[in-house]
Amino acid sequence: MSSTTDIIEIDSLDNEFQTLNLGPTHPATHGIFQNILTMNGERIHHSEQTVGYIHRAFEKLAERRPYNQITPITDRLNYCSSPINNLGWHMTVEKLIGCKVSKRVDYMRVIIMELARISDHLVCNAVIAVDCGALTGFTYMFQWREKIYDLFEAVCGARLTTNIGRIGGFERDFSEDFHKKLKAFLAEFPEKFQEFRDLTERNRIFMDRTINACPFSAERAMNYGFTGPNLRACGVDYDVRVMNPYSSYEDFTFDIPVGTQGDTFDRFMVRQHEILESLKIINQAYNNLPEGPYHADVPDFYLPPKDEVYNNMEALIYHFKIVMGETKVPVGEVYHSVEGGNGELGYYLVSDGGRTPYRLHFRRPCFIYYQAYPEMIKNCLLSDAVVTLSSLNVIAGELDA
Amino acid sequence: MQPLTSRSKIVSDKEMTIKEKLYLPAILGGMWITLKHWFKKPATLRYPEVEREFAPVYRGQHVLKRDDQGRENCTACGLCAVACPAEAITMVAAERKKGEEHLYKEEKYAAVYEINMLRCIFCGLCEEACPKEAIFLTDRIVHTEYERETFIYGKDKLVEPIESSERIDVTKRQKHLTEKQ
Repeated sequence: MSSTTDIIEIDSLDNEFQTLNLGPTHPATHGIFQNILTMNGERIHHSEQTVGYIHRAFEKLAERRPYNQITPITDRLNYCSSPINNLGWHMTVEKLIGCKVSKRVDYMRVIIMELARISDHLVCNAVIAVDCGALTGFTYMFQWREKIYDLFEAVCGARLTTNIGRIGGFERDFSEDFHKKLKAFLAEFPEKFQEFRDLTERNRIFMDRTINACPFSAERAMNYGFTGPNLRACGVDYDVRVMNPYSSYEDFTFDIPVGTQGDTFDRFMVRQHEILESLKIINQAYNNLPEGPYHADVPDFYLPPKDEVYNNMEALIYHFKIVMGETKVPVGEVYHSVEGGNGELGYYLVSDGGRTPYRLHFRRPCFIYYQAYPEMIKNCLLSDAVVTLSSLNVIAGELDA
Repeated sequence: MQPLTSRSKIVSDKEMTIKEKLYLPAILGGMWITLKHWFKKPATLRYPEVEREFAPVYRGQHVLKRDDQGRENCTACGLCAVACPAEAITMVAAERKKGEEHLYKEEKYAAVYEINMLRCIFCGLCEEACPKEAIFLTDRIVHTEYERETFIYGKDKLVEPIESSERIDVTKRQKHLTEKQ
């Protein structure tokens, strides 16, 4: 054999690509999505993404449902922070029908949404640590996520798929039990969270593992349409709560944590500090919770009290009309966006005056992050790709609507 | 890039101090935290021996209520079926005959009332829609089964027993449902 062929053979060995399926049901993807990776040794040469494993046709489904029945559908978008989805949807419909809610409703919504954000970020950050091999912090933080779910349960009766709130306000006022649990949470959580911070943030093993893991420039992130913590990790301080305040967010003072180069460590740190900022907001909102009704005066959309339904003919008629979705809805189109757990969660709603939306589109941040994922992990190590996926916090429910 | 607001705060510091560069303090610190947790009360419950207390408004398995005299409240108006986003409820209405006054509260009743528990998403909209205090969600959990058919709960499983001792108490959540301003 001549020496030239030897060189070619060695060359071809070096460039031998292997195909590897990461997903659809791989434990490291934390959801059902497939990545077909072309590997050059440990490095990812090329990757191909598949979406649609849990496509449930929400937008089409919503065209056949009255407005109040769409709330349970939004639960299932980003199921780690479903109250934000629910309340965002209520605000969208309120924008369409021109309903003004009281300050108390706004503040109650802020408390619920920030609790949801904390639980979302806790899951994401705990899971980043798990993917780096640190399972302990995850078990500690999940106890506190459960406590947040207890709070949701006290308000609405469910933990994960909450269906919380109604168009025009809340279904019921915060109960005594909720106040007790929230006070206990605000008193105890910061200390326990500090423990998790001590375990991870300045730990050299964790830092070595996440710093420079798949960095992403601010320019590319904006070109893709990143929002939320993932954009802020790249150094852009864009936050819907500040740029386009809804639900009285302008009343609260809080900072926008930003990162520097958009790597996994930045994303982790941004989320850690957002939890602290959320706690600040909850404290401000709870201490200044105004008195007043917990729902707006919109008899066409907000169900009358049950006592009146049982005894009063007019209330019964309204009750039937609302439940059957026969109330008049104005013609028009609205876009409303809220700062979801993962970024700007938008609702584009077109109404033709019928009982159901004519067209509804959810702007789902996870879908956008996942489009950028192949570019982010190109020429990265496989193990970095795994932590990147969990730090992007791609939730399968939000990826496929 | 120019900051968009005056509120931004850079939070990630990637420079390690000498103490952090040595692996040991972080490892020992981490172990100390885990060690402290060792002596704490476990956060878990030994289910099914011990059960968690649910909130009074918890949305679990449905119940079809009877009134004080043991008559079914449901009049088969169909509002719960209309309100159901998952289309899990089906019912067939029938007219009350003479001699059945002790069974059904009003002239019309549900001869068949089925909830498909595999379709049900426990959103609670049926309970909210009911104008007759007939359907309530309770703090009971729907049990697992082996056959798909057994998840279709008919009136045999949904209507509460007639004996007053076995009635299902929903007064707490009724309070929360009716308590409006």
